[in-house]
Amino acid sequence: MASPLLDVRAIDAFYGDFQALFGVSLRVNAGEVVAVIGANGAGKSTLLKTIAGLMHPRGGDVLFGGEAIGNAAAFDVVRHGIALVPEGRRLFPSLTVEENLLIGGQSRRPGPWTLQRIYDLFPILAERRHLPSTSLSGGQQQMAAIGRALMSNPRLLLCDEISLGLAPIIVREIYARLPKIVAEGLSLIIVEQDIAQALKASAQVYCLQEGRIALQGAARELTRESISAAYFGV
Amino acid sequence: MSQIASKVEHSTRSSRIGIVLILATLAVLALAPFWGDRQTLRLLAEMYAFVALASLWNLLAGYAGLVSVGQQAFVGFGGYLLFWLVIVAGVHPLVAILIAGPVAAIIAVPVAALTFRLRGAYFAIGTWVVAEVFRLLASQISVLGGGSGISLPAAMVISMAPTRQAREFEIYWLALALTVIVLAAIVALLRSRHGLALTAIRDNELAAQSNGIGVMRIKLIIYVLVAFGTSMVGALIFLQKLRISPDTAFSVNDWTAFVIFITVIGGIGRIEGPIIGTIIFFAMRQTLSDLGSLYLLIMGAVAIVVMLWAPKGLWGLIAERYGWQALPLQRRLVLTPKENAGRKP
Amino acid sequence: MTEWLNVILQGVLIGGLYAMFAAGLSLIFGVMRLVNIAHGDLIVLAAYVALMVTQTLGLDPLTSLLLVVPAMALIGYALQRLLLNRTLGDDLLPPLLVTFGLSIIIQNGLLELFTADSRKLQAGAIEVQTFQMMEGVWVGALPLIQFIVAVAVIAGLQMLFYRTALGRAFRATSDDQAVAQLMGLDTRHVFAMAMALSLAVVAIAGVFLAVRANFDPSIGPARLIFGFEAVIIGGLGSMWGTLAGGVILGVSQAVGAQIDPGWQLLAGHLAFLAILAVRPQGLFPKVSG
Ligand SMILES: Nc1ncnc2c1ncn2[C@@H]1O[C@H](COP(=O)(O)OP(=O)(O)O)[C@@H](O)[C@H]1O
Ligand SMILES: [Mg+2]
Repeated sequence: MASPLLDVRAIDAFYGDFQALFGVSLRVNAGEVVAVIGANGAGKSTLLKTIAGLMHPRGGDVLFGGEAIGNAAAFDVVRHGIALVPEGRRLFPSLTVEENLLIGGQSRRPGPWTLQRIYDLFPILAERRHLPSTSLSGGQQQMAAIGRALMSNPRLLLCDEISLGLAPIIVREIYARLPKIVAEGLSLIIVEQDIAQALKASAQVYCLQEGRIALQGAARELTRESISAAYFGV
Repeated sequence: MSQIASKVEHSTRSSRIGIVLILATLAVLALAPFWGDRQTLRLLAEMYAFVALASLWNLLAGYAGLVSVGQQAFVGFGGYLLFWLVIVAGVHPLVAILIAGPVAAIIAVPVAALTFRLRGAYFAIGTWVVAEVFRLLASQISVLGGGSGISLPAAMVISMAPTRQAREFEIYWLALALTVIVLAAIVALLRSRHGLALTAIRDNELAAQSNGIGVMRIKLIIYVLVAFGTSMVGALIFLQKLRISPDTAFSVNDWTAFVIFITVIGGIGRIEGPIIGTIIFFAMRQTLSDLGSLYLLIMGAVAIVVMLWAPKGLWGLIAERYGWQALPLQRRLVLTPKENAGRKP
Repeated sequence: MTEWLNVILQGVLIGGLYAMFAAGLSLIFGVMRLVNIAHGDLIVLAAYVALMVTQTLGLDPLTSLLLVVPAMALIGYALQRLLLNRTLGDDLLPPLLVTFGLSIIIQNGLLELFTADSRKLQAGAIEVQTFQMMEGVWVGALPLIQFIVAVAVIAGLQMLFYRTALGRAFRATSDDQAVAQLMGLDTRHVFAMAMALSLAVVAIAGVFLAVRANFDPSIGPARLIFGFEAVIIGGLGSMWGTLAGGVILGVSQAVGAQIDPGWQLLAGHLAFLAILAVRPQGLFPKVSG
């Protein structure tokens, strides 16, 4: 079997003395969509932040395309081709919608995503391109945050709870665009608390519980019981 | 619930030893007129003034988070008030020192009302502007010599004490007493209810605010009290110098740069820091002052190095290493295993 | 009447210089919340760099800007990368005290190298050239150039902030450092670029200061205070506000000096304190959102 695009090897992550991840391993193959689920505080965001270089693992390592990036700074990890859509979207409030997208392309790799392609994917953003990003609705902000991440032409896109705080109809609308993104050859890690949404969108599922992988497997093979056992720890 | 009960203990073994040492040192210093020469007395009195100024600044910046670079406003104010009271109003110099405190405290209220509108580092520069205003106003006072300053008339100097030696002793004891009072007041303040709130401000302003402590009120109280003390020390400093001018009275170098240096080197946010810092500062001054401006340059560099690589200062390093504490200030949380510890009200 | 017009005009023109002091200060505060206590001493350092350049190469002061500006920018970049980046964080004290220490180092370093003697840059014939605006109202060529340059500098900074990729990076980093890193921005580099830009402005201000009046190593802190007062009067975070703040400060000082020479500085400080009392957010605060 070919080596995976992303190979997270038994990482331990800490906030000061507090250990948030315990020997977490995870693999993502090229073109694959992987879901990471788990209750609030399970360590999902910590895992994504560690992959993206905002945190560095104290044990284990992160390999991307065979290269160790565990100690690389976040701004360097982007250049390797990993982009994070952070939890809570976190658009830059001082920037317009278009500036938010442009800054996502500040260190662009060659690839298919351009301003125009983002506007094709989310036409509403084109209409609002010159408005301050704070004027967008929650769903539109999420689209802008995804677009901003895509502008760097990543090989791997990390999405942290894109459904958070959004109406179901908006969530469905955004999830409906994900296949278009995958069709461009990207791999995805989707972090969700919404299990159904995650299972629908992904091939592989990992369930985190209190900083440890409690369950993993192909989305279609996992039973509802095994998932809820791993999720709630009962 | 937990098997651990906690009690708050004020004193530690090292602090009990510390108190004995402090009392012994104080006794030796109080007797200095009988064992030291003029030079030593002058130097010691000057050191006391810096210990007091640095301790007050430490309270302001290290505990209340009010980083002022304009405390020379109050040093100079105290000095000028003393000269005015003595020369123009004919008040006895010692009484003038006592008056300097409360008057400065009253002045500090409107000053705070203005400067507290500025946040963080801008507050720092705002206090500097106020000091500049004080300096410029002082140079307009023609009865006190305007821009070139004035000396205390000999008659008034003699009114303090008949001989020069008696006067020098008097000023020496005054400096020692004032510094001990300032330190004791700070310790008492930090051990009071307000002290806990202050530590909360220092450790986490946001948390302190969300705990509903009236942060601004406590900061204002501290600011006013520090002005009170700083001004009295300033009055004493210029009584010792016998001469005052706007540039010396409101000098940012003497009354702020040196004071900050002392506090940072010794250990900011710790009561012992300014004392250690003053000793180091005077040791450096005695050995390096021949170098002139180079000496100040070295001082600036040392302050930067300490701030970046040993931000708790020398005393911080020592205290961390040995768990020492000369004054029983930090309440220690002593955890003792106990069965069925109930909740305390 | 024309006497007062002259006074006010002089004040407006000197206000341009104060605006340049302020712009550099405001810029780095905007990007990284750093208040640089050594700002005024860096202005004086720039004046001495210009002095050396003009003396050794025989250039006139305005031409010397071609060397002084990049030199100061380089110093700014290095200063931020090697020293000031280490001070940034939640704690207010380290940046404040480190720049305070830096201020003492620069002052005494200059004193050591150049003594306490007053210096001045000679700009030649242009120094005495004046234009008549109207009957009895005159402006010097140099103050006028200085004011025009100040307006151009502020317009340039405004453009840079809102029209270029670097400006975008400044604003994004100021908003959210962590996410800025996710965009591939090395925030240490972004901060260093901001400091380089700040000191480029400082260089221009320093040269005009040195041409206009005598300078010596001790005058830095007062320039810091003028710049700071202009920032607060104008309103935090607003570039055009700093120009207005500088002009108000300049006019106050000129009017004060006209009443009594001893009142020049005092009048400026009082104008600042008055604004602080009635409108602490400044005259033109940046509207957020
Ligand atoms: N900045 C932080 N400092 C300290 N602890 C944190 C921080 N962020 C998260 N944690 C802790 O780490 C654990 C994992 O958090 P996180 O990865 O955000 O969980 P999730 O994204 O699965 O909800 C939680 O216990 C949380 O309290
Ligand atoms: Mg999370």
